[in-house]
Amino acid sequence: MSSDNPDNSRRKFLTGSLSIVGGTGAAATLWPFLSSMGPSAKAKAAGAPVKVDISNLKDGEKIDLIWRKKPIWVVKRTKNMLDSINTSDEKHKDPMSENAEQQPEFAKNKFRSLKPEILVLEGVCTHLGCNPAYKPSENKFFCACHGSNFDLAGKVANGSPAGANLKVPPYRFEDENTIVVGELPASIEIQKG
Amino acid sequence: MSEKNQTTGVIGWVDERLPILSFVRNHLTHYYTPKNFNFWYFFGSLAFLILFLQIFTGIFLAMHYKPDAKLAFDSVEFIMRDVNLGWLIRYMHSTGASAFFVVVYLHMFRALMYGSFKKPRELIWLFGVFIYLALMAEAFMGYLLPWGQMSYWGAQVIINLFTTIPVIGPELGIWIRGDFAISDPTLTRFFALHIVAVPMVILLLVILHLSALHTVGSNNPDGVEIKKNKDENGIPLDGIPFHPYYTVKDFVGIGVFLFLFALVVFFVPEMGGYFLEHANFIPANPLVTPEHIAPVWYFTPFYSILRAIPDPAFGALAMAMSIVVLFFLPWIDRNPIKSIRYRSTLFKINLFVFVIGFLILGYLGVKAPNPLYNALALRFSEMYFIFFALLYFYSSTRNNLFSYVFSGVIIFLILIYDLLRISSDNYIMILTGLTLVITFVVFMTLSPLYSSLNKEKEVPDRVTE
Repeated sequence: MSSDNPDNSRRKFLTGSLSIVGGTGAAATLWPFLSSMGPSAKAKAAGAPVKVDISNLKDGEKIDLIWRKKPIWVVKRTKNMLDSINTSDEKHKDPMSENAEQQPEFAKNKFRSLKPEILVLEGVCTHLGCNPAYKPSENKFFCACHGSNFDLAGKVANGSPAGANLKVPPYRFEDENTIVVGELPASIEIQKG
Repeated sequence: MSEKNQTTGVIGWVDERLPILSFVRNHLTHYYTPKNFNFWYFFGSLAFLILFLQIFTGIFLAMHYKPDAKLAFDSVEFIMRDVNLGWLIRYMHSTGASAFFVVVYLHMFRALMYGSFKKPRELIWLFGVFIYLALMAEAFMGYLLPWGQMSYWGAQVIINLFTTIPVIGPELGIWIRGDFAISDPTLTRFFALHIVAVPMVILLLVILHLSALHTVGSNNPDGVEIKKNKDENGIPLDGIPFHPYYTVKDFVGIGVFLFLFALVVFFVPEMGGYFLEHANFIPANPLVTPEHIAPVWYFTPFYSILRAIPDPAFGALAMAMSIVVLFFLPWIDRNPIKSIRYRSTLFKINLFVFVIGFLILGYLGVKAPNPLYNALALRFSEMYFIFFALLYFYSSTRNNLFSYVFSGVIIFLILIYDLLRISSDNYIMILTGLTLVITFVVFMTLSPLYSSLNKEKEVPDRVTE
């Protein structure tokens, strides 16, 4: 009002610096709100390891438990089932379990497990997260959502929409019949398949 | 203003279909506001900012809160302890509630000082009082949600106010609670009203408040109508565009406000028990009333008026009247001079005493009652209403007869009430208080007859710098 020739460069500098400072402040203020939508301390605490007793698990039987809100399968594979598992290139997308995301180091073997007969898997289809069905008579897991097939080591079959093998969670044997899901074994004995 | 804006490109395309550019022109870049706004003109935009903050933080709190009498208290503790930075969001919301009232009270005081409620701005004032009322309802219902002891007993007391209404009162109380005592249905309905219904009402009222404001234009500290002096282009000579001049000014206000706001949120979120009362950190217990219950500070002036009259129905009536009278302000104060700058000394004394009295009523409202406090609360409640009577009295020059009669009527009303309750053990207190109030009334109504204390100054044509 008082000046006919306002100093525009000064004005631009002030506007620009105010926008940067204010914008940074606004963005920083947004953080608590976005962060509050993430898992709470309570939800994180709920991810503690779970124990399961498998002394009553019969041959060919599968039990389900929940770890970190995900279904975990424990299957006691029969001799016949173990024989059905192979590492053929033609049948599987990842026959040698090369994808390190899908299992702990100890399960990178033919049967994808610590002990050959005991299979521990996350029951979450690697396509879009459905819960595949256990088909013991056909020696496979089958996901009804989009038709993915997995063998009894959780390896995805060629021609399935799913891209990766079913995930093996970290687990260990506390004793002969007790599995702790969510913890790695103290000393890893990798069984070469 | 008459030339058609020929914007091309995307903005032009949209503007032909949706008047965004003309909206910006009419309400920001070519909306002319008086050039002499001062400190008191920060609080409108600040109130708007806080409204946004409350809605925003409220949405995030609603993601974690559980409106269930069994879960509510724990879910608030869950927000405080387990939700990532949940304590920050909750403290922003609780501090925001108090900040809202601080800002709104200052905003209303500005209107009283500069006569912003007077013709032609009566509707702006009316919508404003409705916003204030909706805000009180919003704050009251929000305070029940944490389901602490103060939530419970505060709501108990306020809802029981409605039961003092003759005939329908008791049934009305049950209907409001949805039960025979405050319980789960009360909580769930308060939650629905707090997060959906009342905020929508407030938003609508804010739109009406601002539409009315932009129709007649802002008042200013001189109380001069800037639209009366326009240049050849029809632009007020004393006006400057709202944007960029006042947007920049408001940014400074927002910066200072956020600084103070953050100070409270991070260092004294409970504000010594005034923003969040200590007893509210104990879960609601229908069997135990806390030893001392008081409303949150922004309700305490009215709470004092309620307590000043020792009768449930008349106390509630006095409190209701103290808010209802605000609606009539534009028709009570008919003095054509708007700004305090050009009004008489007596008007200034009246406003000053009113503000001090309102603050004292607020202080008394947080204290436990005792005989002295009760006497003070009654006298300042009387002063609260006398303020409005005097505003009416100062609307024009009064002759001797009118002045004496007016003074006499007020004194008579106060006297009658005191005579009805005087006894041998309270007469000293009553006579002292009575003397003080009568002296004030006599001075305020009769001194104009014998002095120039009610002399008003001439209002200039243009705003002063």
